[in-house]
Amino acid sequence: MAKYLAKRIFYLVLTLFIVITVTFFLMKLLPGTPLTNQAKLSKSQIALIYEQYGLNKPVWQQYLLYLAGAVRGNFGTSFQFSDQPVSYLLSSRIGPSLQIGLQAMIFGVIIGIIVGSFGAMKQNTWVDTSATFVSILGISIPSFVLAVLLQYYLGLKLGWFPIAEWGGFIYTVLPTLALGATPLAESARFVRTEMVDVLSSDYIELAKAKGLSRTGVIYHHALRNSLIPLITIVGPLAVNIMTGSMVVENIFSIPGIGEQFVKSVLTNDYPTIMGLTIIYSFMLCVVLLFTDILYGIVDPRIRITGKAN
Amino acid sequence: MADTVKLPEDSFKPISADDRTALDSEKIAAPSLTFAQDAWRRLRKNKGAWISLIVLAIVFIMAFGSIFVSPHDPNAVNPSYANLPSKIPGIGINGFNGTLVQAGQRVDAYKQAGASNLHYIMGTDYLGRDLFSRVLYGTRISLIIALVATLFDLTIGVTYGMFSGWKGGRIDTIMQRIIEIILSIPNLVVIVLLILILKPGMTSIIIAIALTSWTNMARLVRAQTMELKEQEFILAARTLGERPMQIAFKHLLPNLSSVIIINTMFTIPNAIFFEATLSYIGIGISSPQASLGTLLNDGQKNFQFLPYQMWWPALVLSIIMLAFNLLGDGLRDAFDPRTKE
Amino acid sequence: MENEKNILEVRNLQVNFKTYAGDVKAIRDVSFDLRKGETLAIVGESGSGKSVTTRTIMGLNASNADIASGTIKYKGDDLLKKSEKEMEAIRGQDIAEIFQDPMTSLDPTMKIGRQIAEPLMVHKGMKKEKALAQALEMMKLVGITDAENRINDYPHQFSGGMRQRIVIAIALVNYPEILIADEPTTALDVTIQAQILNLMKELQDKISTSIIFITHDLGVVAGMADRVAVMYAGKIVEYGTVDEIFYNPKHPYTWGLLSSMPTMDTGGDELPSIPGTPPDLLDPPKGDAFAARNAYALKIDTEKEPPFFKVSDTHYAATWLMHPDAPEVTPPAQIVERQKKYADMQSKLVQTQRTTGPVEEEEEQQ
Repeated sequence: MAKYLAKRIFYLVLTLFIVITVTFFLMKLLPGTPLTNQAKLSKSQIALIYEQYGLNKPVWQQYLLYLAGAVRGNFGTSFQFSDQPVSYLLSSRIGPSLQIGLQAMIFGVIIGIIVGSFGAMKQNTWVDTSATFVSILGISIPSFVLAVLLQYYLGLKLGWFPIAEWGGFIYTVLPTLALGATPLAESARFVRTEMVDVLSSDYIELAKAKGLSRTGVIYHHALRNSLIPLITIVGPLAVNIMTGSMVVENIFSIPGIGEQFVKSVLTNDYPTIMGLTIIYSFMLCVVLLFTDILYGIVDPRIRITGKAN
Repeated sequence: MADTVKLPEDSFKPISADDRTALDSEKIAAPSLTFAQDAWRRLRKNKGAWISLIVLAIVFIMAFGSIFVSPHDPNAVNPSYANLPSKIPGIGINGFNGTLVQAGQRVDAYKQAGASNLHYIMGTDYLGRDLFSRVLYGTRISLIIALVATLFDLTIGVTYGMFSGWKGGRIDTIMQRIIEIILSIPNLVVIVLLILILKPGMTSIIIAIALTSWTNMARLVRAQTMELKEQEFILAARTLGERPMQIAFKHLLPNLSSVIIINTMFTIPNAIFFEATLSYIGIGISSPQASLGTLLNDGQKNFQFLPYQMWWPALVLSIIMLAFNLLGDGLRDAFDPRTKE
Repeated sequence: MENEKNILEVRNLQVNFKTYAGDVKAIRDVSFDLRKGETLAIVGESGSGKSVTTRTIMGLNASNADIASGTIKYKGDDLLKKSEKEMEAIRGQDIAEIFQDPMTSLDPTMKIGRQIAEPLMVHKGMKKEKALAQALEMMKLVGITDAENRINDYPHQFSGGMRQRIVIAIALVNYPEILIADEPTTALDVTIQAQILNLMKELQDKISTSIIFITHDLGVVAGMADRVAVMYAGKIVEYGTVDEIFYNPKHPYTWGLLSSMPTMDTGGDELPSIPGTPPDLLDPPKGDAFAARNAYALKIDTEKEPPFFKVSDTHYAATWLMHPDAPEVTPPAQIVERQKKYADMQSKLVQTQRTTGPVEEEEEQQ
């Protein structure tokens, strides 16, 4: 187990290193400098700003400095807000994003499991048809369309929830629903397929032959076997939520990193974009590592520990 | 227990040769179908997929037909007819009859604008452009982006996957590691970075989407190739000295086709979705060009007062996504009957 | 044929499967008895309806199955009239089943001890610890070595043969009255097959259960069964004691089955096989379903289904060849030899019986 973990963490570090390197040099290809935003500066002013951002050093020195900084969580200074370090900007914004992302994931997956397993249990009935319909619909409607609709109808018209503000839990409800729709749909689809498969398997037949009741069969045998593989799609779902959050945070004016990413892109704030890219990549790597380990723990067939015998 | 009924005289004669051929023990009841015919039959039985196929055909014909026949010029600005709501002749339902609520009262917007004799079935936008024409135009752009990106991604993905799976060993490990690294950054982030470098525009959107979304195809094709590689007919071809390229095109590709077709059905809506998101963020297609994403973005700004301006593009986008997803599902079931009963 | 000794009586069973193409008539009027303590083998090709028969007994048919007619009396009660709840109480308690493929019939994510203990917890309401203790005893009984240490292992940690032993332990843990074994050795290596068969026989003696043994392999029947029923296209075509079926078969289909079975005497010659394929049960042929593949087919075979003709008190065959008006036919050489051996055996038996006491058996009909 320890060996496996060490190997996985080594790969994680390697991946992040490559991500940092590639983003750094990609950004160096870009024409913009912090000066594009501020017109008409004297030569000495320009030199001063260049020095402030370390842009007067050769590229390889800049790279090494950036790398050294990134390891310590220092991603340089924002172009947009010239007095703010990127790390400060982002650390103050990651909280809301994490909260909404996690809420959306938990809400989506739990409802998805319920919808999906009911669909599979009542295969080819109206329950199944509507479960399938919900999941296909959830996949087909982009989260930003859903976000606008929720904001307008539940927020503005019915006045149930505040719109475009950030405060307590009540402010997170609509964004969570908008972001959670796709995970809900995806996991419902996944669970249904898995469970239909499991329900037609021989060991379910044997469980029935043992005299277990229908609920007993589902509770003791079918559920666990169809839910374990669900762990494998948590990574892709996390990507989906990260992607969706960029637009959804914008619509609901949530001070998160997704909203910041869009802002930075529109203002060519390269240091912030780089920092965010690294953070997104880091979060995704951690999620993937976590789900892999979890899968190994829950599924006896791929116990990473590998007993001695 | 013996039969008491009187049996015909010749009952106990051995049956004649003619009778025997008539019995034909090898008779197969169902007509034999090729794999493609069988898949087609199953697809047609799947109502959702079949309707989706028809809907997509209509969407394609309308979107591309509008190059030649369009109700209005999608870029013709006409400020005096700005923000007119939907008006479909013959339908009196609010929302489709050219009326809207102004200061608490429902008024005929067309009469106000002095255009009572005109009708815009999806209404007009803030510059008085016909929304229906713009939606057709936007759908066309979205579809072109998605199709071209998918074509590239197909080529890259299939080649990469086949090569990786066929070579195996070290090369495969390294190639898979590369995919893992690409997958460790959310696709949209990579696409945004690429677009920043390439300058926003249709070409860079296509390139950016193509460069990022092939990984899924590559993985599927790789897995399938590895499986096929071990099968006898490939082994036979190798033993007979066929060159790898021949094997790839003659034996591998046909057997990979179902995986490729199914995955394509999911790549296209993904590309449409990415394009829409990019345009929505504001680094996609720039005006006066339009895509479904930019139309949504424009419509969303006025959603509170002129909801139809977002509803129409949102509806079209969702229908396209829905149709591709249902068709993809249907194709998967058609190619692999095991998945459904 | 109502009989005190019969633990299970199946009468005129008809099962259809509704499919998009129409009704598949999987079981077409099947009747048989299972006596206490005996092993009844049901033999036939795949698709002949063997498994559907057992599934119907267990009440575990697919949802599109329609039991058109018939009764299945277990200890006098018709199982087909029982509610789902009542059937749950019978399954795993009175009637248990072993499936074909041990690689897939165990829950991959549940410890095997728990899987064996489950029927005890369900039917006897035992607490987990007590059930596990009994499961351990069962594991020892079915010959799992080092059972104490392996009770918490998962199925993938066992070989195929060991897994089938586990499946047997699950089936027998409640000492069921009837054990249905659906091709229990088909998926196993030949050497393991013998072990499993021996184990089943041994356990049958220990816990005195009746066995319905489903197989397509006549080879395993000989050492296992007391009586044999041969099924073809959803019908039983011949049944009798194991000796009668092996040495004095009457139905051409049984001849075919026996001839295609390799024996010690089979030389280097090609093994004969039954030509053709079973009929399409969507639309079963008129008359005898086997006629098309039958080298001895008569005209009437294409017109009327043959009834059962009595060979002996225990032996019946559904073929027109048994009709008094039917022409004499010579079975394949191998069968003739078998019948000759049988006749020898019988005459010796008659002689010894004459010397020892009165003959109870009815005269043998040839």
